[in-house]
Amino acid sequence: MAGVLLSAKGIKIRFGGVVAADGIDLDVLEGENLAIIGPNGAGKTTFLNISTGYLRPQAGTINFLGQNITAQLPRTITKLGIARAFQIPQLFLDQTVMENMLISAASRQGRPSGFQALSRLPDVPEMERLLDLVGVSSYAQRKARELPEGQRKLVDISLALALKPRLLLMDEPTSGVASSEKLEIMDILTTALAKEKVTSVFVEHDMDMVERYANRVAVWNVGKIQKVGTPAEVLADPKVREQVIGI
Amino acid sequence: MNSTLAILAVLDGISYAALVFLVSVGLSLIFGVLRVVNVAHGSLYAFGAYLAATLSLRVAPVSPWLTYPALLLASIVIGAVCGGVIERFLLRPLYGRDDVLQLLITFAAFMIMDNLQRMIWGVQPIFAADPLKLLPNVTVFGVTYTSYQVILLPAVALATLFGLRYFLRRTLSGAVILAVTEDREAATAIGIDARRVYFVTFIIGASLAALGGALASPTTSLVPGMGADMIVLSFAVAATAGLGQIEGTALTALLIGLTRAFVIYLHPEFEVLVPYLLMVLVLLVRPLGLFGAVQVRKI
Amino acid sequence: MAGRIKPITAAAAIFFLVSAVAPLFVSSWATLFALILAKGVVVLGIVLLLQAGQVSFGHAMFFAVGAYTAAFWGRYVGGGDIVLFLVLGAISSTVSGLIVGLFVVRYRDIFFGMLNLAFSMVLWSLLEKMYPYTNGADGIRVARPSLLGFSFTPETFQYLILYISLLTAIAAFYGVQRYLESPLGHMLRAIKSNETRLEYLGTSARRVLLVGYVISAFLGGIGGTLVAMIQQIATPEFGYWTKSGEFVFIAILGGGAHAFGAFAGAAMFECVRFYAAAHLADSWQLILGVVLIVIILYAPNGLIGLRQRYRQSGLGGS
Repeated sequence: MAGVLLSAKGIKIRFGGVVAADGIDLDVLEGENLAIIGPNGAGKTTFLNISTGYLRPQAGTINFLGQNITAQLPRTITKLGIARAFQIPQLFLDQTVMENMLISAASRQGRPSGFQALSRLPDVPEMERLLDLVGVSSYAQRKARELPEGQRKLVDISLALALKPRLLLMDEPTSGVASSEKLEIMDILTTALAKEKVTSVFVEHDMDMVERYANRVAVWNVGKIQKVGTPAEVLADPKVREQVIGI
Repeated sequence: MNSTLAILAVLDGISYAALVFLVSVGLSLIFGVLRVVNVAHGSLYAFGAYLAATLSLRVAPVSPWLTYPALLLASIVIGAVCGGVIERFLLRPLYGRDDVLQLLITFAAFMIMDNLQRMIWGVQPIFAADPLKLLPNVTVFGVTYTSYQVILLPAVALATLFGLRYFLRRTLSGAVILAVTEDREAATAIGIDARRVYFVTFIIGASLAALGGALASPTTSLVPGMGADMIVLSFAVAATAGLGQIEGTALTALLIGLTRAFVIYLHPEFEVLVPYLLMVLVLLVRPLGLFGAVQVRKI
Repeated sequence: MAGRIKPITAAAAIFFLVSAVAPLFVSSWATLFALILAKGVVVLGIVLLLQAGQVSFGHAMFFAVGAYTAAFWGRYVGGGDIVLFLVLGAISSTVSGLIVGLFVVRYRDIFFGMLNLAFSMVLWSLLEKMYPYTNGADGIRVARPSLLGFSFTPETFQYLILYISLLTAIAAFYGVQRYLESPLGHMLRAIKSNETRLEYLGTSARRVLLVGYVISAFLGGIGGTLVAMIQQIATPEFGYWTKSGEFVFIAILGGGAHAFGAFAGAAMFECVRFYAAAHLADSWQLILGVVLIVIILYAPNGLIGLRQRYRQSGLGGS
């Protein structure tokens, strides 16, 4: 594996009496698919919130490509190449899927160019390609509001991909999706990520998904990283099995 | 500014604050529970004042003491009838719809009431000072003032403040209102009729506006436009305090009342400016108001 | 997309044509239509902010800024020209929009509305109380301006100002449409549905809203300058909260979803006022209040929405 893309050191955060992170050290390596697992409420989403600047850690630093990004604004961090997909899809519900994508494309380029109509931006073919890659191109002209949950989730990820990120953080990419579709969606996703050369971190509950799609797994428990390793190593650990997976 | 003027300003400020508090706390209560800014609130104030003056003028020849029950009656009638109609027929169909529409429909109510007010009571100033003249004057540090303004009005305001506190924190109906305010779905799930709570709250809030108007009627001449002025003023007080904050509204009313009174003696031309300038400054520093609390959105 | 917008654009074209021609036959309509067009321009600004889900209950402050710009020029400099007034009104409202905007775009919803209201009430109290400079509640008369050096009789002037208003309205309508279709306009709409996502795409929602706000202030100012010239007066009432409420009312009346709603709403509002004031003396406000209630309860998408609802039911979705 290549170098370190994102590096968290000594991250601490607590909400009232709950300790979500108590000295977290975690590196994300270039090109990998890192899964974060752990019991509910352990602070996994908090890690994504801190990495993207939505929350400010009480101690510790986050470095991305050697640059300290701790407590920067989400939009600044996004500009540096970290995109995020959400557990609950965050779309512009009153606009079409294509318009959603083009807003993302226009955002990436910084200054949205003058009075040229959004629908005539030169990015249209590229956005069509991305939607096609993720398998939702047939919805391009539909309002985001009209999409079923699973498709919304894919559009949510496409919005992140349209930013051409180096790193994509995904919060439970298959939650809210019918279990029959989970595998298909993850197949589509990992193919798309590999094709776009995007490193990814995903928070996941479903161990099948982790086993199949992660190169590396970090176990988050009571505010600490309990174990990091390949899926086989981690899932074989009896302590992890007992405390996290619950068997 | 000499000490006599200063005492005069303090007394002015207190009596003014008492009236403004009554109206503002009604607005704040309604917002706290229904999440609606009632633009017609100023009209309820004006209607309370006009009806109180009409009734006072009617009963004063019989016995001037009857004017006090007249003031009270006017505020209850206006609060129950006008407030009830606005909530039941205008707001209720809109719960769960766009906030803008709820705000705007109370704006429509304001337009209608403003027009009705001119049709019913005309545009000539009306003055009914019997209740004011009936009570003796008092002397405070050498300054003579009407006891209606420096004793009765603050007393009613304090009684309202403590009454509301008691009602909300110590009675079952109050607990029900608070429950609906905090979590409507959960409250409905345990069998609370939210619509009834909204209805009752709106009537209480509306009655407080009307009471403010009724009590103000002996102290000032009633003119068209008094409602429009009062809604923004009470809104400024409620927003500066933090919408839904009852004790905060009282303190803010006092703050604005006193500042305004001193400004009147020092720079009368800035009188109207005071509450709005204060509101801008406070909201810029503390958008949730002086006494408001923050909530963070989960993603 | 183009197919959906076309009928409305056609309606707009017909409306502008009627405004140009009808007053030639009924001279009292010249001022009526000029007012409709000028207020429509202001309401376009409200419609812009509605796209972002924000309601300003203080937008009349820019209307007043535009009006008083013309009034102050006439009072302190003397004379005046329509083009000069419009340019000055545009500049002063844009600058004040930028200043106020820098503060208010940090807030949303009720807080956005409140802060706008507070700023507008500060302006109103200054206009009302700075008597030596503003004449207080009486306002300042705006003498009939010339156009590029030519002066006009009152009869000609009412047509002149009508056509100036018409040109301004058409330009504003076209500009707002283009803006709403542009990436920035779409981002403005995105603020309403999901501001968090917008930030997570790397875009500053505040900056997007600020652009919208300044444009909206600019439109308010131009409209104010026009109305001051049409009515030949500027009073503090131009900046009072009821005026702001009236603009929001017109926007909802017309339907906040499309730029043409601003003019449809303004036409209905001013016509009701014009005829009710003439025939029912002092009850025009009552009638408008009832109209507003009916619209809100039975056609919340406004006049434009009525047509769209009909279309949707006809096409069965999509």
